[in-house]
This record gives sequence, structure tokens and C-alpha cells, in this order.
Amino acid sequence: MNNASNVLPLVLDNVWYRTLDGMPLIKEITTTLKAGGKAVIIGPNGAGKSLFLRLCHGLIEPSEGNIKWQLASGAAAHQAMVFQRPVMLRRTVRANVDYALHLQKIAPPTRSQIINDVLEKTGLSRLADTQARLLSFGEQQRLALARAWALKPQVLFMDEPTASLDPSAAYLIEQLIETITAQGTKIIMTTHDLGQARRMADEVLFLHRGRLLEHAPAEQFFSAPKNDLAQAFIKGELLWWRRGEGSDDAKRHDPKHAR
Amino acid sequence: MTDFSDAFQAALGLIVTLDSDLAEIVALSLGVSLTAVTIATVIGMPVGAMVALFRFPGRHGLSVFLNALMGLPPVVVGLIVYLMLSRMGPFGVFGLLFTPTAMIIAQVLLVTPIIAALTRQVVEDLWREYREQLMSLGASKMRAIPTLLWDGRFSLVTVVLAGFGRASAEVGAVMIVGGNIDHATRVMTTAIALEVSKGNLALALGLGILLIALSATIGAVAYIIKERAERRMSGGMLGG
Repeated sequence: MNNASNVLPLVLDNVWYRTLDGMPLIKEITTTLKAGGKAVIIGPNGAGKSLFLRLCHGLIEPSEGNIKWQLASGAAAHQAMVFQRPVMLRRTVRANVDYALHLQKIAPPTRSQIINDVLEKTGLSRLADTQARLLSFGEQQRLALARAWALKPQVLFMDEPTASLDPSAAYLIEQLIETITAQGTKIIMTTHDLGQARRMADEVLFLHRGRLLEHAPAEQFFSAPKNDLAQAFIKGELLWWRRGEGSDDAKRHDPKHAR
Repeated sequence: MTDFSDAFQAALGLIVTLDSDLAEIVALSLGVSLTAVTIATVIGMPVGAMVALFRFPGRHGLSVFLNALMGLPPVVVGLIVYLMLSRMGPFGVFGLLFTPTAMIIAQVLLVTPIIAALTRQVVEDLWREYREQLMSLGASKMRAIPTLLWDGRFSLVTVVLAGFGRASAEVGAVMIVGGNIDHATRVMTTAIALEVSKGNLALALGLGILLIALSATIGAVAYIIKERAERRMSGGMLGG
């Protein structure tokens, strides 16, 4: 891992993101993500999980509020991201990883060593000279992970990295994530899979309709979530999102939870 | 019909016997058009890619302008280049009028907008797919341009062929700036126009057949190369 200077913690201060017509999709998020471990972001569809990752990674700018890395400048060079649908450049497996390293101005002999190393770790060595687009979806996702890993990021963002994978392919990805974490890289990932969140998370961020309703250590979150929506969500209650319906007494009028 | 079949036979005779005048005309045509398309590609592709990627005031207007220029009338382009290169024009001192260079300049002006506009479309589509990944890897927009042009190379072959088609078929501009001078600036299209006006249908038809054959051959060769490369990229899984 690149330890030249630590980019974390990442501090979000009252972050909002609005569409061009002013509709808020991320609302007043204030939190801090510290170095080490795996932060797993969960929440239903439309909660803003992917947007949250993109804001943190700098792919989009917040409409209001601040996102600050400890390292004031050059933080981008210490981050990488793996997307839900792997984007494969139209070239070989090896060339895909090489491209990422070339952008970081790493010398060719070093690049070659790194490429061989990450392809071996991700089980793609025998496919090194295959066109990346010919790989299976699971292999493409491993290549996307290898490409990100080759950059030795301090922070690795992953947007539902196993969403479209079968259990065996998902298992391989999870094992790789554990290895990357063990090397000191902070993982910040989203998932729809509560089982995966339980297996992997060191800390959990629960998002609902663009708001961060809970950010807690995984053990605490899964044993006794403080937020009632989070409680319903981890119980798998299908109607958990209908909070506020029923008798007037039962209704919650907390404006914080209004759309 | 008899005239037509006679002309056709005479045309084939010219081609089969490799008539020296015909060979000279064909060589000059190919030289002018291929040079013009090469220059237009070098200019047009980066311009098209930049319009696709960068946001700046007037970008939309520029896109519309480029699309409009695709239909630029060759005669008007020829006239403008003529005025620029004539003795009284701003570039008259270079003495380029009625030379192959003047013809190349005119064709570059005709073909560049086609290549730029079509490249913009190809690159814009690819950028939609690649944008977040390239940004995440730390590529600036300027750095992304060669990547997108390389990864879009198969589609861009078709773009270049469209440019070549325009250049090789064009007659108005090269007639005006080249002057259709025998053994100097006579190309296939201007020669066809001249021979038809002289009533020499055999040579006109021979040139016509050759022009079609050359265009079709270049198009077919480029298509085959593109298909083979694409097939290699997709492991031979391309169907039909």
C-alpha cells in the first residue's frame, strides 16, 4: 500500500447532492471515515449508496457541504474504485492493468512486475493475453479489482462488486477484498446483500432516501441498530419503508425523515 | 445500346492494357485523395474528440456547425480556395493554384468536417461508457482522447472511409483549384467530366469503372481488416 502520507480520515460535512432541477438525492450527510477495515454501505434501492461513493471518490461534486481528505492535495492518487459493471478497455487483460499504471507514470519494468503480481493474486495469469471483453463477468470483475489493486490505493471504493455474480464468483471477490484489507487498504463498499454485509463489514453506514441514518460498528449495528428503519431493514421486513402509516399516534413526523 | 457496349469494351481495353495516361490519372487521384484524407484525419479526429469531451460556451453551436459543414458544396469550397490561392489572394505568393497541393487543400476542407463530426459521435458514445472509469483511474479529459480514439478504432475506420468516399468522388472543387491540366492536375473525376464533354465515352467510362473499382476495393480491404481485427478481439464470436 502507498503509505507516503495517509489520506484518511475522510470527513463529510453537511453534504448535499441535488439534480439539475434541484431535487435532493443526498441530504445533509455528516460523518467521518477513518483508516483501516471495511466500511459497508447498505440501504434500499434509491437510498443514494452509489451516489455517496461517487461523491467520496470525487467523480461528482457535492451541491453543498464539504468533503475533505486529511491529505489536502493529491488524495485522488491514493484512491481507486471498482464499479458494479466492470468497464473493460478494448485491449488485453494485461494491457488493462498496464493502462492504469501508465497513467500513474510508473516505469515499465516496475509495471510489468506489478501486473504479474496482481494477475497471479486474482487468478488471471493464464488469461493475461486474452482480450478483456472475452472474459466472463466474474473474471471481468476480478480484472477490475486487479486493476484497482495494482494502484496500491489507500482507499478502495467498491460499488456492489458482487451484485451480478454467482456465489462462487462472489466468494472469490470477497476473499480478494479480505486480502486487500489485510494489506492496510480501507475498503468502502456498497452492497444489497445483508449476508455479505454481516460477513464483511467492520462498520456499517445505513442510508435511506439520501440520508445517513446510522453509522456504527458492524457488531453494534447488527445486534442493536438504533434507527427503527435500520431495525426493520436488517430484519428483512418488506414493509419497513412504510413507516409513518397507521394511526396518528404511530406516525412519525420527524422532518429529518421527510423526502 | 451499341454505343454503350462499344464504350464499355473500349474501357475494359484501356484498363487491361494499363494505358499510361489512365495510370497517371489514377495515381494522381489516389495520391491527392489519400493525402487529403490523412491530413483531415489527423486534424478532424482530435477536434471531434475534443468537442465530444469538453464543455465550453458554444459547444452545441460548434457541433451543429460541424454537422452542417458535412454537406459543404464542393464548388463553393473550390471557389474559396481559388480566391485564397490566386495571385490576388492572401496565399497567392506561394503559387499553389493549379497544383495537386491546391487540390489537397480543397479536399482537406471538405473532408475534415465529415471526419470531425462522425468522430464526435463515436467518441461521445464511448465516453459515456468509459467516463467514470477513466476519471477514477486519474485520466484527464485530454489524456482520455487518445484512449478513446484507440478503443473506438473499429468504428473510426468507417469514419475514415466515409471521408475517403467524399474525397475520391468529388469533382467541383478539384476542377476549380486544379484546373484539370493534362499530366499535372487531371484526376479521375475531372477527366471523366472532360471526356464526356468531348464525347470520348470510352475513356470516360473506363475511368468511371476504375473509380468505382478503386473505391470499392479500398472500402472492402478496410472492412476486411476491421472485421478480422474485431473477430480477433471477440474470439471469433462475431456472428455474420
